[in-house]
Amino acid sequence: MSEANPAKVLLQVHEIHVYYGSIHAIKGVSFEVNEGEIVTLIGANGAGKSTTLNTVSGLLKPRSGGITFEGRNIVGMSASKIVGLGMALCPEGRRVFQQMTVRENLEMGGFSRPKEEIAGALDNVFQRFPRLKEREKQVAGTLSGGEQQMLAMGRALMSKPKLLMLDEPSMGLAPILVEQIFDIIGELNRAGTTILLVEQNAQMALSIADRAYVLGTGKITISGDAKDVLADDRVRAAYLGG
Amino acid sequence: MVSFLRFLINGISLGSVYAIIALGYTMVYGIAKMLNFAHGDVIMVGAYIAFCAISYLSLPPLLAVLCAMAVCTALGIIIEGLAYRPLRQASKLAVLITAIGVSYLLQNSAQLIWSANPKVFPSILNFGAIKLFDGSLVITSQTIITIAANIVIMLVLTMFTGKTKMGKAMRAVSEDKGAAELMGINVNRTISVTFAIGSALAAIAGVLLCSAYPTLQPTTGSMPGIKAFTAAVFGGIGSIPGAMLGGLLLGLIEILGKAYVSTELGDAIVFAVLIVVLLFKPAGLLGKPMREKV
Repeated sequence: MSEANPAKVLLQVHEIHVYYGSIHAIKGVSFEVNEGEIVTLIGANGAGKSTTLNTVSGLLKPRSGGITFEGRNIVGMSASKIVGLGMALCPEGRRVFQQMTVRENLEMGGFSRPKEEIAGALDNVFQRFPRLKEREKQVAGTLSGGEQQMLAMGRALMSKPKLLMLDEPSMGLAPILVEQIFDIIGELNRAGTTILLVEQNAQMALSIADRAYVLGTGKITISGDAKDVLADDRVRAAYLGG
Repeated sequence: MVSFLRFLINGISLGSVYAIIALGYTMVYGIAKMLNFAHGDVIMVGAYIAFCAISYLSLPPLLAVLCAMAVCTALGIIIEGLAYRPLRQASKLAVLITAIGVSYLLQNSAQLIWSANPKVFPSILNFGAIKLFDGSLVITSQTIITIAANIVIMLVLTMFTGKTKMGKAMRAVSEDKGAAELMGINVNRTISVTFAIGSALAAIAGVLLCSAYPTLQPTTGSMPGIKAFTAAVFGGIGSIPGAMLGGLLLGLIEILGKAYVSTELGDAIVFAVLIVVLLFKPAGLLGKPMREKV
């Protein structure tokens, strides 16, 4: 929760424009994430939520605009370098390495860290996700959807990120699992990880977030404290079913 | 019976060379999703380098092989960096045509440097032979070295991809470049390393091939290159054990087909078997269609 006073800005995104070929997908999006917060980006399908996260993580390059992490400009830096700064993205659709074992997937997550820190990081992840420990030697492609989501999150945590970005962690999961995943997100945040959460499940996302931004076709349309956004009539009508 | 054994051993020996070349194709395909048609010509360059090291510099055979490996490794990295890397986002067709261009560039450069006249490759792997069945079955040291090299390479590669950080990173990149990048893996560097390994193996294959068939000319690499590519597809392109299996089977089918069916049709039989296999197993013998799970 945002008790750090004065709030220290961890991630600052300023007026970014992103194109896919000639399609103008992100049209001047600005937002910020302060240390210790859970910030959520919500919006309809195709609003540009994933594009925004992929741009912040370095997979896509903005045509203009600025992105700073801890005050450092990261535009133009490769995704593989950005991880090392302390920012990890758990991508949409999980994208675990299907043909590699659970353990190997986690080891890949710790790729940017020195060898001697890997064992400790593995222990931490196994403690948070005991299920992954049970499946340590299993090939990731044989895991259930919920287990794959845990693996994807565990893999992102292996780099010991200050900022963890989660893209649709609830997608395709049974309601009970969704609740479990959101509980874990809350625990991670209380343990000191700042969270940037992209969700279609707006209700769930707003219920755990400190602040929220609503994205509509490439632009931020509404922003504010999560509880205010949750109460906003426009948001209720558009994303929460009235 | 003895002649069958002889064909069998010859087939495994030739198949081992195909397998080593096929590994280069399959690793590069697995990671960069491209067919490096210049791979066969890297074999030829490796053989020429070894030839020069032995004939002109009088280096011992092992050192000559190491020289060839070093030059081919550098060549592989340079080819990837100059010709393929700028095309990473381009269409597959553009990459394929570039690869064919690189292939001709290497062949013509070789012709310029070493002329089109065939060179006789020195027999550097001849240390004697094992004679069995009262001398009716002769296994040369060269055959043994070829098969042993194949086994060692297979073991080392399996260890490398299964146990080392770089090897695991290669598997991660071959599955999902974007996700690998998000882990902090430098995808371009990983692809470079893959080309380096494939090209070093090509150098070894070049020496083994030319020791068995000692005529060395600028086109020496093309036919074995195409056959090894076939072997890689046969076994399941992208799969390391598949390249090994495909190579060995291809060598066996070629030699046995030439021996028992028709010498002239030997190559046709090889490709006919490939077509039949692909009709029933489109991903190749050990190739696995990608599983999708949401």
